[in-house]
Amino acid sequence: MAQVLSPLPGTFYMKPSPEAALYKNPGDPVAIGDTIGLIEVMKTFIEVKAEFAGTFSAYRAEDGLPVTAGQALAEVVV
Amino acid sequence: MSIERLFIANRGEIAVRIIRAAKELGITTIQAYSEGDADMLAVKLADESVCIGPAKATESYLNITGVVAAAIEKSVDAVHPGYGFLSESPEFARAIEKAGIKFVGPSADTIERMGDKVAARQAAEAAGVPVVPGSKGRIDSVDEAVEVAAKVGYPVMVKAAAGGGGKGIRIADTEDELRTLAPQAQQEAAAAFGDGGLYVERSVKSPRHIEVQIVGDGRKAVHFYERECSLQRRRQKVWEEAGADCLDDETRENLCMAAVALAESVNYRGAGTLEYLYEENTNEFFFIEMNTRIQVEHPVTEMITGIDLVQEMIRVCGGEPLSVSQDQVKKSGHAIEVRLNAEDPFMQFLPWPGKVESLKIPEGEGIRFDHFMYEGYQIPPFYDSLIGKLIVHGKDRADAISKVATALEGLEINGLKTTVPLHKALANDAGVASGDFHTQWLEPWLEAGNLKPENT
Repeated sequence: MAQVLSPLPGTFYMKPSPEAALYKNPGDPVAIGDTIGLIEVMKTFIEVKAEFAGTFSAYRAEDGLPVTAGQALAEVVV
Repeated sequence: MSIERLFIANRGEIAVRIIRAAKELGITTIQAYSEGDADMLAVKLADESVCIGPAKATESYLNITGVVAAAIEKSVDAVHPGYGFLSESPEFARAIEKAGIKFVGPSADTIERMGDKVAARQAAEAAGVPVVPGSKGRIDSVDEAVEVAAKVGYPVMVKAAAGGGGKGIRIADTEDELRTLAPQAQQEAAAAFGDGGLYVERSVKSPRHIEVQIVGDGRKAVHFYERECSLQRRRQKVWEEAGADCLDDETRENLCMAAVALAESVNYRGAGTLEYLYEENTNEFFFIEMNTRIQVEHPVTEMITGIDLVQEMIRVCGGEPLSVSQDQVKKSGHAIEVRLNAEDPFMQFLPWPGKVESLKIPEGEGIRFDHFMYEGYQIPPFYDSLIGKLIVHGKDRADAISKVATALEGLEINGLKTTVPLHKALANDAGVASGDFHTQWLEPWLEAGNLKPENT
């Protein structure tokens, strides 16, 4: 099991826009470079990408709430 | 009747700036803050403070009902909106007025009028301020477009009368080009908007951004000369100057007096800025819009005129007449402001909201640093990345640039990445030194790799 960590403090989103589907659902394959979520920091949206391949397990942060740098956002089975 | 209790409906460096100005006027300050801003410097400096909601700006600084309720609860007699957030919201100004509180800015009606592009353009034309010449309304044929172009002069921009977003925009340098491009623009407009109507206007080439600072008391207005803010990235100003050395005296006088005429024609009250595009090769300027608030770059004007604009706007909005007449506004030397953002300029300006571990601020004759940091302060990630502004005043432009370079060497902000390296590179750049730039200069300069660790 590997964790995707937030590179920055900010607000976490698990969807590209409020109406869109989740970036990943449990069981989805994850490739290196896949977008897992978004961090809104200082009015800028930054894509958080997987640095390893595997199978998506679950999100570990809440959608639309603040996260700190280094906080676990999601888990991937590698 | 003058203001005794001032509510500050903003955050960051401008909140600190307003508190300082109010204190010098003997006014009690009440600072609004969000849950994400409880430990910001303005809260520590203000006489009183009040929490107005969660970190998310839409639920705090942008929540009209909540901000107005907090101002009423604190029995304030005036509200300063700063810049951004609700500063140019007619709804907010109206709600403040209805609560019997003074708004430190123009009336809600003036904000509404100047915030509407068409109404602002009409007000400018009526006051004799030049606007970008163009067709009176929609154009339906190529011959009509050619006729308008002959009147306004080439190059012209052709765009769809309906919609926006850059669809159907063409620039033609000659009549032949226009005859080729106009039908294409028509087709594209018809396809995108179901309406092939066009609009034709003069295309301003390599425009410089020049703006004029005015303050009005509701009856009379005075100008405090111009600023140049052509160094921009993604339409955000990064480096601002007062005055604009590219202007000759006659053009400067016309530009400034046109601004006063427009301000007086709308009985303007408070601080305001008229923004113009300036085309250097034709020496022509065109009004683009008016900002009905204090601006980020106001300190450069304060440096060359010696007048505290924030105090002045508080006084006139409290009901006093202007403290200076036009002939008392003198300018000396040249001032430059560089905006410091918590961003990594070597990583596509990635935001970098760190904790300020240590802070060393340059001091000296003609150096000013407006900011809201202190050692141990965690920059919140919820708002924009502006952390401070370094402002210098020199005897002329070359002296001011050299002062920027020296002052930046004396500035140390540890614990976060900032745009200081960008400004060091700009202060040493030959193009900046010669003043040979325009609003589309900085981005290609960055793309060409001019920002390198070794030249900062």
